[in-house]
Amino acid sequence: MSVDVTRPGVPAQGPAPAAAARRTTVRPASAQVDPAPEPRRVLSSVRVSDVLALVGSALGGAALTWTVFTQLAPFSGRLGAVVVWYVCFLGLYALLVSFDESGQAVKDRIAGAVVHSFAAVLLLVLGFVVFYVVVRGVKALVHVNFFTQDLSVTGPLEPLTSGGVVHGIVGTLVEISIALVVVVPLGLTCAVFLTEFPGPYARVVRTVVEAMTALPSVIAGLFVFSLYVLILGFPRSGLAAALALGAMMLPIIVRAADVVLRLVPGSLKEASLALGASRWRTVWTVTLPTARSGLATAVILGTARGIGETSPVLLTAGFGASTNLDPREGPMVSLPLLAYELRRIPEDAMIARAFGAGTTLLLLVLVLFVVARTIGGRGPGVLSPRQQRRAAKRSADDAARLAAIAHARRRAEQDPILQPWERDSRLDLTEHDLAEHDDGPHGSDDNTP
Amino acid sequence: MTTSPAPPTGTAVPATTRPPVPDPAADERRVRPAGTSGAADRVFGAVARLSGTAVLVITGTVGLFLAVQAVPALREAGWGFVTTQAWDPGAGPFGIAAILFGTVMIGLVAIVIAIPFSIATALYISEYAPAGLKRTFISLVDLMAAVPSVVYGLWGVYFLQERAVGVAQWMSVYLGWIPIFEVPGRDPRDPLASLTDFKSSIFMAGMVVGMMITPIMTSIMREAFSQAPQGEREGAYALGATRWGMIRDVVLPFGRGAMIGGTMLGLGRALGETITVAMIISPVFQIQWTLLAKGGISVSSLIALQYGEAEGLSLSALFAAGLALFLMTMAVNFGASVVVNRSRSGAASEA
Repeated sequence: MSVDVTRPGVPAQGPAPAAAARRTTVRPASAQVDPAPEPRRVLSSVRVSDVLALVGSALGGAALTWTVFTQLAPFSGRLGAVVVWYVCFLGLYALLVSFDESGQAVKDRIAGAVVHSFAAVLLLVLGFVVFYVVVRGVKALVHVNFFTQDLSVTGPLEPLTSGGVVHGIVGTLVEISIALVVVVPLGLTCAVFLTEFPGPYARVVRTVVEAMTALPSVIAGLFVFSLYVLILGFPRSGLAAALALGAMMLPIIVRAADVVLRLVPGSLKEASLALGASRWRTVWTVTLPTARSGLATAVILGTARGIGETSPVLLTAGFGASTNLDPREGPMVSLPLLAYELRRIPEDAMIARAFGAGTTLLLLVLVLFVVARTIGGRGPGVLSPRQQRRAAKRSADDAARLAAIAHARRRAEQDPILQPWERDSRLDLTEHDLAEHDDGPHGSDDNTP
Repeated sequence: MTTSPAPPTGTAVPATTRPPVPDPAADERRVRPAGTSGAADRVFGAVARLSGTAVLVITGTVGLFLAVQAVPALREAGWGFVTTQAWDPGAGPFGIAAILFGTVMIGLVAIVIAIPFSIATALYISEYAPAGLKRTFISLVDLMAAVPSVVYGLWGVYFLQERAVGVAQWMSVYLGWIPIFEVPGRDPRDPLASLTDFKSSIFMAGMVVGMMITPIMTSIMREAFSQAPQGEREGAYALGATRWGMIRDVVLPFGRGAMIGGTMLGLGRALGETITVAMIISPVFQIQWTLLAKGGISVSSLIALQYGEAEGLSLSALFAAGLALFLMTMAVNFGASVVVNRSRSGAASEA
């Protein structure tokens, strides 16, 4: 838009009467607006030349590789071809980009191509690991008996229509439940100790726990084997395996819970203490609920780690083929141990069962992980939709109650019958109710005594 | 706070001006809502301290109980335990020289494979991935870090080993002039030679373990990379840096501590990995520099493979080997945590 430079009533510089006489507008030439609409800018960061350079160098690399492998050198093998192609591709891509970009841009493109390709290879390979195990496990999983029978009457040569891994599933669940019953209260209390009672002692505990987070699981197995079986003289059992898993999971859960608890805003805790709450009430009603989702995630991810560990169970539980519900004695296998032991028998059916056990384990871990992501993954104080709705309702109730109180107060002040001291005590009463956090609107004050 | 009814001094303190006080104890209660808070807090403090002590005792005495069991074997073998390349406790000499060597070599192979993949993937997720897919990739990598090792082991034995013998052969043919890639007693020009020479090797075990530790390392590095300060990133862009220039000058220096620390934590995992190695390796108790050739051993796989027949002195020897592994991983992890904590990005990185 062009602006009129000379406005009526506002004399510009120069002799005033002359300016009033000659009302000419001088516009700079550049202010002329081109009537043709400006072409819309392309915001996409992908340009045709980039795509062409990529495709072209990929094709060129393939052609060069073909030439090298069939005409020039005595190379063979698929992997060699892929490596040679990749090198050719990078070289050609750098060359093509350098035709119309600077050296910095060439480096940028090459780095981008390398990062993308390595990440793609890794993600594909990791996805393929799961895919491969599941595909080979499905052969055993399609038979219902895989989930309803154990291997007590099934020999290595029997087909997949007989026998299953129910003893492994039962064993896994029993062992992990016992481990959790021991570890979760202890671990969470310890994490609370680390965050709520900082000091030299807490620092020592934290250092030791952090060092133990990466404890090799076989060492945890040896530890419980030494203490529980060799020194205390109990037999190898599901309970021993549970203790070994617990010893492995304990530092992991303490560490993760400690990290979560440290993220709880100090202002929340201080607000609670300033209201006169005691320390443990503050922890119980403010700190722990605020960090609830993170704590649940910590426990679940620790469980996922523990459920998949083989070596602690291998050392402490013993191996048996029948279902054992008693954790105190008798061998109690778990799913990973089952997968490990079954595949040592070189029969197709047994190997299929091993893959089936691995797939079941994988599904179990996946379920745990999805649960952890659903309830967790939120920072402390960030609410789920349901919690948000509840908080909104509480807040609306409070607003209604406050409005009712204010209304009552106004009426009380206007009431000529009430004595001043009566008025005061009435006001005090309503404030008192407010402090008690009474639910529901506190309205309808009866004004007539 | 006034607890006794003060004389009315004016309208400034309305609470003291009203004549009828409904319940004098109400004020007391409001000042200290929990009358027993002192005792409750003392109990709470004691319980918390006790649990901290319990955790400290449990985690701190792991090494102690290993050492207790290891004493007979260590007394029998003496210093030769560290230098002997054999494992025949009870009947002959035994020592962990070859076993520690195999453990370290498997760890190194795993690290060499895992480093480029984890750095590239961490960079991709934090810098290159489209915003909508970022969370998915993060979850995927975290999930892969939680996949049980026995699953990786099954994949390694039945898929990777069958496919990767070709790679191992290729390396032995074209890189055989490097001593560690040489396969003794094998003619690279003999096309009919069996490929089983390349199976159950340190290289194979290291490759599977490397795949296993990559997600963990990726997760640690990504966490640090994504925390690189936005202001410095924009500063780099404002000075005309390309994306790679920004990564090289801002993100990578910022995440250097996490890169080193994550790698060392990955190494700690690789050294302690039991089941995957036990499924793949075929035990050889000699220092074997030829990584591609069959045979090797690691401490944890030795324990997993031999604990069944072990009793008396041989069991004690396994405990002694476990003690050595424990000390080694503790040293590596401690180094990792020192590096991570000293770095700029280390404060919030999770291991």
